[in-house]
Amino acid sequence: MEKMTRVSGTVSGCTMFCHLDAPANAISVCRDATQVVVAGRNIFKIYGLEEDGFVERLNLRVGRKPSLNFSCADVMWHQMEENLLATAATNGAVVTWNLARPCRNKQEQLFTEHKRTVNKVCFHPTEVNMLLSGSQDGFMKCFDLRKKESVSTFSGQSESVRDVQFSIKDYFTFAASFENGNVQLWDIRRPDRYERMFTAHTGPVFCCDWHPEDRGWLATGGRDKMVKVWDMSTNRVKEIYCVQTIASVARVKWRPERRYHLATCSMMVDHNIYVWDVRRPFIPFATFEEHKDVTTGIVWRHQHDPYFLLSGSKDSTLYQHMFKDASRPVDRANPEGLCFGLFGDLAFAAKESLMSAPQSVGDVGRKTYPGGDRRYPIFFFKKPDVTEQFAQVSSALSVFESEAGSSVGMDWFINTAQSYLLSGKPFAELCEHNAQVAKRLNRPQESTTWTMLRIMFSEPANPSLSSNHNLNKSGNLPLVNSFSMKEMSAALNERNKENRQDNLHSLETNLNNNDENEETEGSEGQAEYLFGDAELDDDDLYSMEHDNQAEEPEYLLPQEAFPLRHEIMDHPSAPEPVQEKPESPHVSGSEAESTCLTPMESFSLISVSQLLFSPHLPPKFFCPIVKEMLCYYAEQGDVQMAVSVLIVLGDRIRKEIDELTQEHWYMSYIDLLQRFELWNVSNEVIKLSTCGAIMCLNQTSTTLHINCSNCKRPMSNKGWICDRCHHCASVCAVCHHVVKGLFVWCQGCSHGGHLEHVMEWLKQSKHCPAGCGHLCEYT
Amino acid sequence: MNGTADICNHCRNMIREKEKGMKMSRHISTGPSSFIPENEIIGAMPLNDSTVMFLDEEFSGRMDNLTQVMGLHPHYLQAFLRCHYYLLRMDGPLPLHYRHYIAIMAAARHQCSTLVCQHVQEFEQIGVCSDWLRGLEFCPQRLRNLNEINKILAHRPWLITKQHIQALVKTGEHSWSLAELVHAVVLLAHFHALASFVFGSGVNPDPEVTEVNGVTDDICPPAMAGLCTCHLTNSNQGNRNPLRNPDTGSELEALMERMKRLLEEREDDDASEEEMFTRFEKEKKESLLVVSAGFDEEVVPPSPVARFVDDPSFGYQDFARHGEDNPPTFKAQDYTWEDHGFSLVNRLYSDIGHLLDDKFRTACDLTYYNMASHEGVDTSMLRRALFNYVHCMYGIRYDDYDYGEVNQLLERNLKVYIKTVTCYPERTTRRMYESYWHQFRHSEKVHVNLLLMEARMQAELLYALRAITHYMT
Repeated sequence: MEKMTRVSGTVSGCTMFCHLDAPANAISVCRDATQVVVAGRNIFKIYGLEEDGFVERLNLRVGRKPSLNFSCADVMWHQMEENLLATAATNGAVVTWNLARPCRNKQEQLFTEHKRTVNKVCFHPTEVNMLLSGSQDGFMKCFDLRKKESVSTFSGQSESVRDVQFSIKDYFTFAASFENGNVQLWDIRRPDRYERMFTAHTGPVFCCDWHPEDRGWLATGGRDKMVKVWDMSTNRVKEIYCVQTIASVARVKWRPERRYHLATCSMMVDHNIYVWDVRRPFIPFATFEEHKDVTTGIVWRHQHDPYFLLSGSKDSTLYQHMFKDASRPVDRANPEGLCFGLFGDLAFAAKESLMSAPQSVGDVGRKTYPGGDRRYPIFFFKKPDVTEQFAQVSSALSVFESEAGSSVGMDWFINTAQSYLLSGKPFAELCEHNAQVAKRLNRPQESTTWTMLRIMFSEPANPSLSSNHNLNKSGNLPLVNSFSMKEMSAALNERNKENRQDNLHSLETNLNNNDENEETEGSEGQAEYLFGDAELDDDDLYSMEHDNQAEEPEYLLPQEAFPLRHEIMDHPSAPEPVQEKPESPHVSGSEAESTCLTPMESFSLISVSQLLFSPHLPPKFFCPIVKEMLCYYAEQGDVQMAVSVLIVLGDRIRKEIDELTQEHWYMSYIDLLQRFELWNVSNEVIKLSTCGAIMCLNQTSTTLHINCSNCKRPMSNKGWICDRCHHCASVCAVCHHVVKGLFVWCQGCSHGGHLEHVMEWLKQSKHCPAGCGHLCEYT
Repeated sequence: MNGTADICNHCRNMIREKEKGMKMSRHISTGPSSFIPENEIIGAMPLNDSTVMFLDEEFSGRMDNLTQVMGLHPHYLQAFLRCHYYLLRMDGPLPLHYRHYIAIMAAARHQCSTLVCQHVQEFEQIGVCSDWLRGLEFCPQRLRNLNEINKILAHRPWLITKQHIQALVKTGEHSWSLAELVHAVVLLAHFHALASFVFGSGVNPDPEVTEVNGVTDDICPPAMAGLCTCHLTNSNQGNRNPLRNPDTGSELEALMERMKRLLEEREDDDASEEEMFTRFEKEKKESLLVVSAGFDEEVVPPSPVARFVDDPSFGYQDFARHGEDNPPTFKAQDYTWEDHGFSLVNRLYSDIGHLLDDKFRTACDLTYYNMASHEGVDTSMLRRALFNYVHCMYGIRYDDYDYGEVNQLLERNLKVYIKTVTCYPERTTRRMYESYWHQFRHSEKVHVNLLLMEARMQAELLYALRAITHYMT
């Protein structure tokens, strides 16, 4: 308690910085948190930490031509003796400094026992005169400051030492990290052999730090971008936490008074300082983003104060960071996650508070996994802890499993791709076939679209159809190929089961058509799916039809209403889709909509009574609508439909859509097909496409380079004669004539010839026909 | 006596021998290397399985001369091939034909027709853009933009700055992404260094490579364009056998003695800072003088390889020149391969860091504890001297190294050789190769070459990667 009050009394301040003259390599604070020492290649200074800024107290770099002993790789301020500092020099010297010396040069002792750069020095936390150093030459040395030489030397077996740290709790223990990825534990009394060794990282371990409170915990950071926390208290060293950062970890320091927090900075590329909660390894708890170049040294200002962090950097600045000014990445993180599984399963993770809401409708098949489920370790559970500053994030993970055979999978895509006909038959038949396919696969909208296309683009068989009688007849034909608008509606009715016409007629006779509509037997389903399911793209068609309708003299229609209806009703070959429909989920929902939508539309259109178009509509007329429809499908993600229609329509529509879009659709569709391994379909699509860029796709990597069989040089010219040795290159080994078609050769001896010759030969003999003695195999 | 005169004497000797009726083969010498007798190389290769597998994939059983020479150190060869293979064949930011073209550009800087031919052939096999092979002006502007850093890295890497990187990376039609640039830089450094090795060990061109058709034919005429043929036209037999030379016997002993003394002296060598600095400067300065004179201002002979060279007059200049403002010394501790270079290169071109790291380590740690006839010798001091001397010539200084050691351990002839091989390898002669370490085995001299090659590559990479780091921050 006494400690804490002192802390709050002495440490205060704000986020502040000062410019140094040179890049810093390391920093260290004195015990009472009032001064900081900055060391680097060309700098060695002590700054005082004032309320509102840094104040330079002392420049230790003295002398006209400073020696390399001043070029520091590391510095440490003694935590017991406030006048004592130690530095590690890049030339291999270990230097101690006594600030109490009266002269300008504060250098006290110089140890030049290391042969290579010294990477790290470390004072014993409680023993005043004990100093440890670790060097590139692979040795660690322990110095007694009262003596002129090291008291003991520890050998890391020729691997460079990157960090050494005395254990805070165990008087005799220290840890050393190495360039080869190992960490060793030594007993200071036994210089002959390490106590323990384990491999912590792949590649160099740049740093390690003992937990200030927990006896057994050691944090290590390496070039492999990981920070690992090891529990050393057990017999076998155990990795208990692992944090993955985005760059190699140069320093790691436990945060005081916060059991699970540590600060890291990186060696290259990334300039930020991160504070991690080791239990939340995916997102930093806090980030300090002030530095403009890599941070080289970090240190908590006071060993019992978690709110102040000091850092030095290559950008020649020294910063004091306040914890309250840190940015908290977790605030900006999206706490929800959503992912599709391979077989249509859907996993969804969100905050528990959200997930605990009453289960909504349609939750069939949902399984909730509490965070601890081992199969889905995406989020972990945490007991609420009042002392935690982290936002409460217990998340729940739900997995929605798709029922077997449900439509979530992509089976329809594969089936459709395989069953669609894209070429080889007259246009109308293709459309008809594809409509059937779509219908069979329970995709009414696509089916309707195909039928519509057939109607719209079929060649007019008899160009002058104007009488109502004609219309009636043609309305009964299964295949409509004329384009007077009467027929159009009739043809539509073929699918609609005349419900629509019914509506139209009833509308014109009496606007109150609902009753009649319902009376139409067996017609609801069909009507619904036209209006409910396919409303988006069919709306356009409808309005157009209505326009046509409007141009007809009104009195014609009422006359026809009944006979027409009857005829169609009687028609035996009319498709009966109602029976297929009942399980469709959309049916029930859209019924009301369809019935009320129809009269409204008809009503509004009926007012447009001018004659807008000639009775015979050229196919071109529909192009804008079809184009819109294609775009609609493509945007809906059904690029299959868009491309299939594009291919089937061919020249009828191609010019309407710009090349790039087409190419884009083709590419997407081909990509999809190839992912589903539908190579044949994909190749067919490539073949049928009209875009240059697509067509050349199946011509890539089809070149086979051959060498002349005679002179072994590459055949450069086309033809069968090598232009170097003027021999025929590919001669059949059986008949000795040049092979100009299929050439088959043995991969063992590379002799071969005409396919049929070789086949015949190998029936009789096992040996190569060329007489080389190789036992060829033909499979 | 300067180098030119030597060679001419050689030529004269040869002509005399020829007049005596000595039979000259068309190929300069048989076997993989013109410096090393064939029987030293063949059969000296206990390769492990994975290396063999690599070789099979690369050459379908038949190894090129370079691999055979390097095969004297199979352990290293494996690391080398893995890296080489990864750079040229495996996934990477650059398309395959770019890689080979960059290799051609890099090798052409040192007029190394062996490597140029090899990669011209590989380029042809890819079968695209073969008109690029007609010369630099036929390749895209994007590749031509690399010329600047190619020549700087090849000859004076310390001049590379972040402006060079900026010019390549800045957005525009011909810009490079950082990942592509790193790949290109690694390729450049790799092939510059490899050219050093090829010349340094006198690797002969592969016969089948020089005889390929098309463009290659006029690039690689049988007469080995671009090389002064006189030093290569020695047959192996006509020379004195260095091992039998009596007056060099003491040389090895002296070297061993010096090494031992240095080891002892180290303990009580209290050289001041000033002193250490002077020693580095002295070594740096002295490296100016070890040049075999007579090559200065030499005009590069027009050779077919020259079509891949832009600004051929740009050559090595000494890092430290008298009476000029020298660029600041590169402090090795401030930008090391292990800490900085690795992280950067691995970030931008994944996995290459590990392969390069492995290669550097293998080269530096490779030892058989042998020195000529002596066994059980710790050669680390000698290896470090070689490595650091190369870096010294490139202006890279290690704070923790006493450059006095270089002076003690490396005799003048060796320094001449090192300087030639690393800085202008195309001038390496067989005489230089033979003039140092008379009693050492050829495999040991190849080992020296490996060290020089790796040191050079690392130096180039460090400068280039430092510039990229500066650009990124």
